[in-house]
Amino acid sequence: MSLLDFVVLIGSMVGIAVYGMWRTRGHQNLSAYLKGDPNVKWAAIGISVMATQASAITFISTPGQGYQDGLGFVQNYFGMPLALIIIAVVFLPMYRRLNVYTAYEFLGHRFDNKTRLLGAALFLLQRGLAAGITIYAPAIILSTMLGWRLDVTIILSGLLVIIYTVTGGSEAVTLTQKYQLAVIFGGMVTAFAVLLMRLPAHLSLTDALTVAGGFKKLQAVDFSLDVKRRYTFWSGLLGGLFLSLSYFGTDQSQVQRYISGASLRESRLGLMFNAVFKIPMQFFILLLGCLIFVFYQFERPPVFFNEAAWSRGANHDPGEQLRSLEQKFTAIHAEKEQLIHAWLDAKHAGDRQAEAAARAQAQAALERSEAVRAEVKTALLSADPRAKTNDTDYVFITFVMDHLPHGVIGLLVAAFFAAALSSKAAELNALGSTTTIDFYRHVIKREATDAHYVTASKWFTFLWGLVALAFALFANLVENLIQAVNIVGSVFYGVVLALFLVAFFIRRVGGTAVFWAALAAQALVFILYFSLNISYLWFNFIGCAACVLFSLLIQAAIGPTIGPTEVLSAP
Amino acid sequence: MKLRDDTSDPHAGPTEPAGASGDQATGLPWFSTWRAVYVFVFVSFVVWVGLLVALTVTFS
Repeated sequence: MSLLDFVVLIGSMVGIAVYGMWRTRGHQNLSAYLKGDPNVKWAAIGISVMATQASAITFISTPGQGYQDGLGFVQNYFGMPLALIIIAVVFLPMYRRLNVYTAYEFLGHRFDNKTRLLGAALFLLQRGLAAGITIYAPAIILSTMLGWRLDVTIILSGLLVIIYTVTGGSEAVTLTQKYQLAVIFGGMVTAFAVLLMRLPAHLSLTDALTVAGGFKKLQAVDFSLDVKRRYTFWSGLLGGLFLSLSYFGTDQSQVQRYISGASLRESRLGLMFNAVFKIPMQFFILLLGCLIFVFYQFERPPVFFNEAAWSRGANHDPGEQLRSLEQKFTAIHAEKEQLIHAWLDAKHAGDRQAEAAARAQAQAALERSEAVRAEVKTALLSADPRAKTNDTDYVFITFVMDHLPHGVIGLLVAAFFAAALSSKAAELNALGSTTTIDFYRHVIKREATDAHYVTASKWFTFLWGLVALAFALFANLVENLIQAVNIVGSVFYGVVLALFLVAFFIRRVGGTAVFWAALAAQALVFILYFSLNISYLWFNFIGCAACVLFSLLIQAAIGPTIGPTEVLSAP
Repeated sequence: MKLRDDTSDPHAGPTEPAGASGDQATGLPWFSTWRAVYVFVFVSFVVWVGLLVALTVTFS
């Protein structure tokens, strides 16, 4: 990175953080600190919800996903619009009517205190464990590519987000997310534009899409009922609906973003903004990856995108196997490029037969080059058994560093950091709020001033920030960290969602029944997790279904409950 | 530290009337009811899926 890149990166990141602190300085009102500006409009809410969900991994890894597997991943978001409509109709009016700070307060109103604390504890456990990953995951990639020290990258980015989140609270989070998302979109749109300009001059956009489609990168929708396929319309619609309901409806890091609206209207429109724009946003990020794939058909890509891992392997390669494989890869790439030219020439000439033949040969060449890459990964593993052989996360950052002009590189790296900070800030804010409202204020110190609770919330946010930093610094001790965090999330998410689904939709079930049902369902999920060999995503469904079923059975056994279910009724 | 079994919360703020929150106007020029907003969101989802299917078919 050049001096200009550093100026763009540090100027934008520190500038936004300082602006957020300055604009929210001196605010000691608990509602403003935890919920933010009471006059916030729908656009700011929508941006805040979007920025919270879109972590740095979204912008670093998703183009790599498009490069490797094409557009199919977009189907994962198909359930989200429907989930957001359900939340806008059912969840949100109830949260606003009860004027809660956290989603778990609602459980207290609807059921009882023990159920509220159970919901809050499950959130803190799950989100607290995941807290380090939003700093660690991008830091490991960026430090590898930029040659920075990993611990310094983690500490500097972590401290920056802790400082402005602690000082400014929810208002600072929403305010900074607005500008951070502007940096993110500015960076991604610029990268898209530069990529289009860097494609070969004779290649039209239609030709580029033809090449991408010819290599099966544009298969966006798959209506197959085969459950073994990773991304299909049906799994995206049903699984996505389920996950989005859990995440947007019950996870405090999201609930806190939209309950702060000036009115129900503003909060609802903020959610609908995401319901409309999330799928196109993910589509364009994936399309960016597909077009990077096309770009690298005319410009030889690295045989392995994680340059640091490649260099380490090359240094421990006495037989020079890696060099030999690289030469083979280069030869296949040159042959493939010629075949793609022949394919496009035949297409322009209207010669269908020649077009099909050249396309089939190009596809075969791609398969051979992928086989060489597989050999490279095997060789890297034999040189270092701990080597990470999945280089998909490094595709986009490699393109950025190798092919974008200075200044734009700084803007893109700033975009990645902005994404990391915006999602991290919302997480810390939610962890601090839940600890303060659901535990400290409700259990430990029930009578105190607003200023006291604001101070307490700042300390809890700071402590959660330190936990996240510590976790990020020692994260490399955990094998396959992202998967580990996803597993933890799936183990708890189903039961938390069930608490809310029972609360909203099964009025005859009371607090005692759902509390014990949740504990039993959670125990069942633990037992099944250690005894069944199934995809961890299924535990979302199992936990939720078990909790709902158990609560109905327990309620039937203990008889009707006369309790606080009237919170669901209109006066 | 004893957990309370009642649901009362001395810090609970004023609640909004349920009927009023559900009936708030959308304030949007083309969609006067929330039902119309949700239908628009659903239709835009269907349109996006349709466009993605068209892309898949065209370039497969």
